Amino acid sequence: MATKTELLMDVGKVREDFPILKRTVHGKPLVYLDSAATSQKPRQVIDAVSDFFSRYNANVHRAIYELGEEATREYEGAREKVAGFIHARSPNEVAFTKSTTESLNAIAYGWGLKGKLREGDEIVSTVMEHHSNHVPWFFVQDLKGVKLKWVGMTDDGLLKMEDYDTMITKRTKVVTVTQCSNVLGTINPVQEIAKRAHEAGAICVVDAAQSVPHMPVDVQKIGCDFLAFSGHKMLGPTGIGVLYGTEERLNEMEPLMGGGEMVREVHLGSAKWNDIPFKFEGGTPNMAGAIGLGVAVDYLDGIGMDRVRRHEKELTKYALEALSDVKGFHGFGLDDVERRGGVISFTLGDVHPHDIASILDVEGIAIRSGHHCAQPLMERLNVPATARASFYVYNTPEEVDRLAAGLRKVLDVFA
Amino acid sequence: MADLKALYQEVILDHSKNPRNFHSLPDADRTAVGRNPLCGDQFTVYLRMDGDTIVDIGFEGQGCAISKSSASMMTQAVKGKTGVEAEGLFDRFHELVTGKPAEPEALGKLAVFSGVSEFPIRVKCASLAWHTLKAALEAKGAISME
Ligand SMILES: Cc1ncc(COP(=O)(O)O)c(C=O)c1O
Repeated sequence: MATKTELLMDVGKVREDFPILKRTVHGKPLVYLDSAATSQKPRQVIDAVSDFFSRYNANVHRAIYELGEEATREYEGAREKVAGFIHARSPNEVAFTKSTTESLNAIAYGWGLKGKLREGDEIVSTVMEHHSNHVPWFFVQDLKGVKLKWVGMTDDGLLKMEDYDTMITKRTKVVTVTQCSNVLGTINPVQEIAKRAHEAGAICVVDAAQSVPHMPVDVQKIGCDFLAFSGHKMLGPTGIGVLYGTEERLNEMEPLMGGGEMVREVHLGSAKWNDIPFKFEGGTPNMAGAIGLGVAVDYLDGIGMDRVRRHEKELTKYALEALSDVKGFHGFGLDDVERRGGVISFTLGDVHPHDIASILDVEGIAIRSGHHCAQPLMERLNVPATARASFYVYNTPEEVDRLAAGLRKVLDVFA
Repeated sequence: MADLKALYQEVILDHSKNPRNFHSLPDADRTAVGRNPLCGDQFTVYLRMDGDTIVDIGFEGQGCAISKSSASMMTQAVKGKTGVEAEGLFDRFHELVTGKPAEPEALGKLAVFSGVSEFPIRVKCASLAWHTLKAALEAKGAISME
């Protein structure tokens, strides 16, 4: 048996804040191990969203009355909190989108397709990316004749850094990479990758969907040009995401959405864009979502991102030990929790991941099965699908034990 | 509470571990590929026809226990049947797994899949091979279930 870990965080107190964790599923207390897909929400965030609609709902930036002013103040306040959270130089470097996916598409379109990329240019990506950091660049490839290259991966799940030596050339204009793999949990050396990109005169785009929620992230330290993440994976509401870019890059970038708010002046047939970041926020934004995200940031700040990260490292370490005691358990990725996040993809003998997830569900345990929107990575791992458990601030070693017991039950069914 | 034993019946586990007719047919005159992109399941169904009659059937591919055993038992159930009869059987099967069995007695051994109706998420697993068979009969080549 794995040794019980001493948690440095008062998880019991954290759990009190999450109403959903009180419910049962199929008669058993819910064990939620799918935070990499979407996180649960604390009462504080739920209340902030409901408070917006009950007390000061009005369109931001336009209304000349008290409610509108309050809404705008809270919405812009959320932008400041997010900017502070990722150590942006200014709130102007933070645009609200609907998600990581929208942010990455906005970059590929606005900086790539309509902006700076020309036929013959090259983009260096990796085999580890989520589909949302693959497909937008395929658009650019198909429409602009830009060439894509993919850095490979070692069997234990590390990027082959030496591939950058050969793949980055003077034609390279964009180097894009996920900071933390949503399948393997591998934390990639984005600071080093950004440095290499800049040495070649390319920009660096970071998919931070799995990093910003789980570890301290400092965009200035990384030195990236763009960074994208989603509110719903970091205790915030759905439908709100962040596009971070340096002022210089955002000014070079064309907007994806035309409409109200993103323009300074419009005449028949022509328009001038508003300043950054507003030129990327065409139409009425997701005000409740942004305000809720601001409160999620407060919540995470209250715990401290160092402690969030440490908690997940401890849980992952404990889980890797406890699960390896289960017959037929095969985990993917690194053993070293210093270099991986709280995501464990695995297979169990020859039981299909879908069957694993179904049986665990009856035990009240929610995990994911499938390709995790990373089919190229599945091909690289040479598996059709994996099961995946992922952790967050509210998970406990006892829940890991229930997962291990659940997996033994799966083995019983298939015995 | 959802009943695991009803879902993973002995017969189903047996067919998932030792699928019958689990091979291609070199002389197939109809084939189709069925995919469930959600979970990565994929099966190819091969048919050898004599007029409208399925004289031989095989399948290949990968999937969960439910989808694989369903494919295996389907091949046994439709061999020797006409295309119209096979599609009729699919209709009965679909009614069964969605919890609306109209004529369960028509299904014979396939009735073991009744437990699927308690797991709505698994209906697609149970019916993937059948959809693929239908595509092969209709000469559609490939189908994808979302
Ligand atoms: C690494 C990574 N990138 C991008 C995304 C896409 O996020 P969203 O669906 O919120 O746009 C995800 C989420 O599944 C992810 O894990």
